Amino acid sequence: MLQIKDLHASVDGKQILRGLDLEVKSGEVHAIMGPNGSGKSTLAQVLAGRDSYTVDAGSVAWDGKDLLALPAEERAREGLFLAFQYPVEIPGVSNAYFLKAAVNAVRRHRKLPELDAMDFLKRVKAEMKAVGMREEFLYRSVNEGFSGGEKKRNEVLQMALLEPKLAVLDETDSGLDIDALRVVADGVNRLRSPERSMLVITHYQRLLDYIVPDKVHVLSAGRIVHSGGPELALELEQRGYAWVAETPKAPAAAARGQAGPAGAAVGEAAR
Amino acid sequence: MSDIDTWLASFRTRAATLSGARLPWLAAVRQRAIERFADEGWPTSRIEAFRHTSLAFLAQQRFVAAQPADATAAAAQQAIAQLRRDDPEGHWLVFVDGVFAPALSEQGDLPAGAQVGPLSQALAQSPEQVEAAFGSAGDGASPAALNAALATDGAWVWLPRASAVELPIHLVFLTATGGGACHPRNLIVAEAGAQATVVEHYLALAGDAADAATLTNAVTRVQAGPDARITHMKLQQESAQAIHLATIDAAQARGSTFDSHSLSFGARLARNDIVTRFDGEGCETLLNGLFHVDGRRHVDHHTRIEHAHPRGTSREFYRGILDGAARGVFAGRIVVAPGAMRTDAQQRTDNLLLSPQAEADARPELEIYADDVKCAHGATVGQIDEASLFYLRSRGLDEAHARNLLTYAFATEALARIGLAPLRRRAAASIRVRLPGGELLGELS
Repeated sequence: MLQIKDLHASVDGKQILRGLDLEVKSGEVHAIMGPNGSGKSTLAQVLAGRDSYTVDAGSVAWDGKDLLALPAEERAREGLFLAFQYPVEIPGVSNAYFLKAAVNAVRRHRKLPELDAMDFLKRVKAEMKAVGMREEFLYRSVNEGFSGGEKKRNEVLQMALLEPKLAVLDETDSGLDIDALRVVADGVNRLRSPERSMLVITHYQRLLDYIVPDKVHVLSAGRIVHSGGPELALELEQRGYAWVAETPKAPAAAARGQAGPAGAAVGEAAR
Repeated sequence: MSDIDTWLASFRTRAATLSGARLPWLAAVRQRAIERFADEGWPTSRIEAFRHTSLAFLAQQRFVAAQPADATAAAAQQAIAQLRRDDPEGHWLVFVDGVFAPALSEQGDLPAGAQVGPLSQALAQSPEQVEAAFGSAGDGASPAALNAALATDGAWVWLPRASAVELPIHLVFLTATGGGACHPRNLIVAEAGAQATVVEHYLALAGDAADAATLTNAVTRVQAGPDARITHMKLQQESAQAIHLATIDAAQARGSTFDSHSLSFGARLARNDIVTRFDGEGCETLLNGLFHVDGRRHVDHHTRIEHAHPRGTSREFYRGILDGAARGVFAGRIVVAPGAMRTDAQQRTDNLLLSPQAEADARPELEIYADDVKCAHGATVGQIDEASLFYLRSRGLDEAHARNLLTYAFATEALARIGLAPLRRRAAASIRVRLPGGELLGELS
């Protein structure tokens, strides 16, 4: 179980997360939605342990551990997986080497025997087939020259291989056409299980047609301002984000509603 | 007695015993060369080409004469066995402290008329051929002149018209005597359409050579005839106390190809001067380089590509990895002469700094005197990419492993340009052993 309490985080001295609370139980899939700049990616990076993000206050408990005390690689080995919004290209490192090194780093930590080259290839080829990746992608450099869709498939492949307990998907739908989106969503759905929680971060409701969440949260100005069931995603799609930002729970936003374009959104919400 | 006087004295005592001493033309070249060196001395930073790499300190250094080779025979044998284990085929010429070691050498089958052997022997057997390839006292900087004066051996490779030596010709230079100095001179002549790959290895034997400063002052001259193809690779893995100076001087006739790979991993100070000149139309060259230095060590590559005729193509890529308080210098000059139309030249140098104290000096220099040309150059100096590092760590790789992996990946881009797989593997292995935990990276390539 993941329990985030009053999380404040900043990057380059700029405060992004301002008191975020969130609880995700084992086996649940939660969607985090929100407008650009609301802190969605910051949340993903902070959870994964990126050093350039500073946690200023708050806590993140994960299966009884203090997540924030662990370095990034420890979090990964313990079973946290971040599917990157922009997977990094690493020229000169073959995907096969990278995937095997990652799988074995995690297996060592879990006291499982490391996979040898034969076992690894068997395993990875089966998983690649499932996400529709051709074998040649094993022998190319990590993400180098991959299309947007190929990069995202590679992320889902890594997720499948690493078998995480908590998967954070950061805008995995961005840049995908509808076919690629379906393949990626199928890959994610296959991995749903009672032992695995997921945090699906997305700007659009589209992905949630395929990955149906248990709960939907709206992030605005660094806080969760609204939570609901899967139907909330549809409502957001139809009505935009402005109306949730105007709920009484967010006093700063209410003050902004006095004038200007935000005022129009209040009117819309009241209709 | 000043340092220069020491060298003059050494020349006077040794002149009569140097190989080919009785050849008048050679005696004359040597005399002019020692006079030039006496006149110029070691290059100092006042000379533009040595601005970042003064050799003035060599004036304070005394080098001893090499020990008899049998004192180190067992260690040498072991070193050669080790080298040949990975790559048993090919032709092997081994020199210990600059002296040809027939017992450690092995020549494979050669095409009819081809000569691969020690220079000392060629001077006795075919002095006219050697004379045409030997070079003059005025070539290169003053250390090259000192080499011309004192060189007594090295490799002689002569390839007749349209001959192809399929397997690499390995030249191994072992430094066995601590505090010793040697001046190998390698001459490679390829007649029209001939092809060969020559690999120079510079290694120190453990023991004496590893603790006391040694000097290697090598010269390699390449003459590529029309349409000849010569690939040259140099793997410098001298001891941490060694001073390594090398001049590689190529002259290319029409339609020829000269590829140079310079891998510099050892020595306290290494300086490589690499020059190729297009003496006819349609020549091609690749100058590929990789260096890795740490501690307080220093490596410098000075290259020059002379596009003297039309339709020449040159590609130059140098990569440096610098750790500790090391310093890496790259100065690459490309000269496009008037009339050298449709020249296509690309040059790039990338440096990876692994520590805040490391320093890279990258100086790309284009001199273009023709107008219908395509020339590009670029230089970067950077650190391990933070985003890549995080990506790897987020997949469970610890930071040290991730850093090494990215460093190695940076190097492998240079290694990828080495066409022959065994040479590429050898080069990859030699960079892996320099990285802590590098053995983890074994299956990468």
